Amino acid sequence: MKALRAFLDKQRPLFEKGGKFEKYYYGFEAAETFLFTPNHTTAAKGVQIRDAVDLKRLMMTVVIAMIPPLLFGIWNMGYQHYIAIGQEPEFWQSVALGAELVIPIIIVAYAAGGLVEGLFAIVRKHPINEGFLVTGMLIPLILPVTIPLWQVALATIFAVVIAKEVFGGTGMNVLNVAMTARAFLYFAYPADMAGDVWVYYGENAPIVEGYTGATPLALAQEATIAETPIPVEQAFEASWFGQFEMMSAWDMFWGDIPGSIGETSTLMCLIGALILIITGVGSWKIMLSVFAGAYAMGLLNNAIGLNPFMEMPAYYHLIIGSLAFGAVYMATDPVSASHTETGKWIYGFLIGVITVIIRVFNPAYPEGVMLAVLLMNVFAPLIDHYVVEANKKRRLSRATV
Amino acid sequence: MSKVIKLKKGFNINLAGKAEKRLGGEVLPEIFALKPTDFHGIKRPKLLVNEGDTVKAGTPILFDKMLESVMFTAPVSGEVVEIKRGAKRKLLEIKILADKQIAYESFPKHSAGDISNLSRELILDQLLKSGLWPNIIQRPYGIIADPTETPKSIFISTFDTAPLAPDYNFLLKGQEAHFQTGLDVLKKLTTGNVHLGLKGEGEVAPVFAQAKNVQLHKFSGKHPAGNVGVQIHHIDPINKGDIVWTVKPQAVAQIGKLFTEGIYDASKIIALVGSEVKEPQYYRTYVGAGVSRLTEGKVKAGKNRFISGNVLTGEKVAEDGFLGFYDNMLTVIPEGDNYEFLGWIMPQANVPSFHRAFGLLSFLNPKKEFVVDTNTKGEERAFVQTGVFEKVVPMDILPTHLLKAIMAEDYDEMEALGIYEVVEEDFALCEFIDVSKHDVQAILREGLTLMQNS
Repeated sequence: MKALRAFLDKQRPLFEKGGKFEKYYYGFEAAETFLFTPNHTTAAKGVQIRDAVDLKRLMMTVVIAMIPPLLFGIWNMGYQHYIAIGQEPEFWQSVALGAELVIPIIIVAYAAGGLVEGLFAIVRKHPINEGFLVTGMLIPLILPVTIPLWQVALATIFAVVIAKEVFGGTGMNVLNVAMTARAFLYFAYPADMAGDVWVYYGENAPIVEGYTGATPLALAQEATIAETPIPVEQAFEASWFGQFEMMSAWDMFWGDIPGSIGETSTLMCLIGALILIITGVGSWKIMLSVFAGAYAMGLLNNAIGLNPFMEMPAYYHLIIGSLAFGAVYMATDPVSASHTETGKWIYGFLIGVITVIIRVFNPAYPEGVMLAVLLMNVFAPLIDHYVVEANKKRRLSRATV
Repeated sequence: MSKVIKLKKGFNINLAGKAEKRLGGEVLPEIFALKPTDFHGIKRPKLLVNEGDTVKAGTPILFDKMLESVMFTAPVSGEVVEIKRGAKRKLLEIKILADKQIAYESFPKHSAGDISNLSRELILDQLLKSGLWPNIIQRPYGIIADPTETPKSIFISTFDTAPLAPDYNFLLKGQEAHFQTGLDVLKKLTTGNVHLGLKGEGEVAPVFAQAKNVQLHKFSGKHPAGNVGVQIHHIDPINKGDIVWTVKPQAVAQIGKLFTEGIYDASKIIALVGSEVKEPQYYRTYVGAGVSRLTEGKVKAGKNRFISGNVLTGEKVAEDGFLGFYDNMLTVIPEGDNYEFLGWIMPQANVPSFHRAFGLLSFLNPKKEFVVDTNTKGEERAFVQTGVFEKVVPMDILPTHLLKAIMAEDYDEMEALGIYEVVEEDFALCEFIDVSKHDVQAILREGLTLMQNS
């Protein structure tokens, strides 16, 4: 380590003011602080000691919490392929294929986003922010495995520039960056983001007779708009997956069904949630209230019960689609969520409610989480405003006593 | 009184080097100093002495042209040996070479029973001339009180919950009578009450528990439960236009002594603490004592930082520097100007943290006493995490929103969000736990200065 330190110390003057590569100081700084935490000490006035936490560690904790859905997604993407071509794969076969499909997407997302981050850091002369460690991992997890790589790069660049950097960079963004990337692709390239995109078929492999890789959300939607509507549960059972008993509530919870790379397994998201809650990095209030909101809206739909989708048991809403993923990883983004503790309850609850509303009443958008999160991102400052006003009012009312 | 106000929010940083309850004797350094920089808001200090003058304890040394009646006086008798100035001739230190036997300026004496018959004017006059007045701090802003104002109440916190803080029960030993006289004096200055904040759990010395002529309140909880600002918030909060004064217990005893014995006795007990102190314990010395003599032979070898005050709100002083006017402790901890390989992800069991993010293991071991150096353990970043500052400020205040209002210089917002109720020490824990490593206390002072001058 000493040799490495000595090497860095020797390079340092090149990047400092007056050095040859002065412009790229923040690039050097990012690399240096990645290897070694800096030797900065506290100022003469103010706190003399600092907490061991820093933003890098905080962000890495989120990345670690994303590992369960990521690993599961890698396996599941391979597994889904073999099911579609009618083979019973070995576990490692699925993992190997999944890795081959998923890892390039992750690399592209990190590379494209990292490039933009680095560019902005150099131009704006600020340190490279660690927030992208999380965004770069989130984006691949919410995309279909068949997504063209150039679209991954384009969406990531779009999201980082438009959703984050134009607002002033990390900490200033209004919208969740990863969700913006997904929304961009969804509206710009709908053919690659919806329909029969969730499973990788390969080029020559024959697809099994009668196979459809429809997601539960699509099935529920179809059952509702069919000429003779049938209950959603029946539709699940009648689907190709259902015929082989692969579309039960357990499957949806466990996640061995088609869908975006990281979102199919509710269980893995809950493990991630556990990590975030134990480490105190993610807000349990938001997670809990998203689930509560979705469940409450599901129950209300049940009570009204105008069509099969509305009659679908409310708990299905919690395990189909990417509600769990959105609740755990997207809604809890501290920058775009509500900043006040009271606000977090309202913010989360409304995400749950709106998700179900969009799912059930808007056939054009089978997955409501994305739009619900983005919508509530926009409303979070308003929620905060009222919470803060209440605080001010308490203070004012005190004065007259 | 029997009701204990329980504060749930806060955080105790458990550091190594707590003081034994033992007096290590009197330390009389050769040089003492008065530092105008210890006082917030001295704008135009005017010196009353020159190098070479001899002074007694209580002889005026300087005053602020903006608040002319308040005298800053010599803590000990001796010769003014150096007047140190910094950039733009800013007054930094007035150094006094102390006599072996301290001579005192004499002020009028009164019997303890007589205090209640003294006029407010007379009391003010004696406090202002003696040099004890700067111990009276005004909220809002945390500045030296304006003697022309009358506060709605006066608050004294009788315990300190900050890391390694001295035990006030011990500091006030033998000062019981003076403390009570001091309270009686203060009572004459306010139209309201004098409030004493007592420790809700553990031993409370009779000097506090049986104080008369005051209202007693008990508080329990983690740091900052002992902060006088937190106590004010829960008893008699500061609204717009309100003025509250605060005094530290040792100064109250000094005030008592001024009135009964007619001298400004600047002696006080201080705690020498921290992981780098060989035998952390208490010493008797005087306001403005030189650090080098206080720490001579008492500190472990190595690169250390000397802090006048506690590790959250204190100020770094040089090895040949001086104790701050208000401070009753000197903390010595290791400097942390070293690199750590992959320090941002390596598990950290030996550094205390309020957080439990990956690898931060200190929460598993709440009883452990930590040795902490001065490394910032990360770099400054934008605000990202939300909802954590709120967990260490036991008041109905939104710290993040208040700080952002200050950064935006939004006066109405600062006022509405309660800037009048806080000073730096109340937000010190926010600065410690901040993931984004902001200088929270400096930001708050900026806001306070803006409001004060608006």
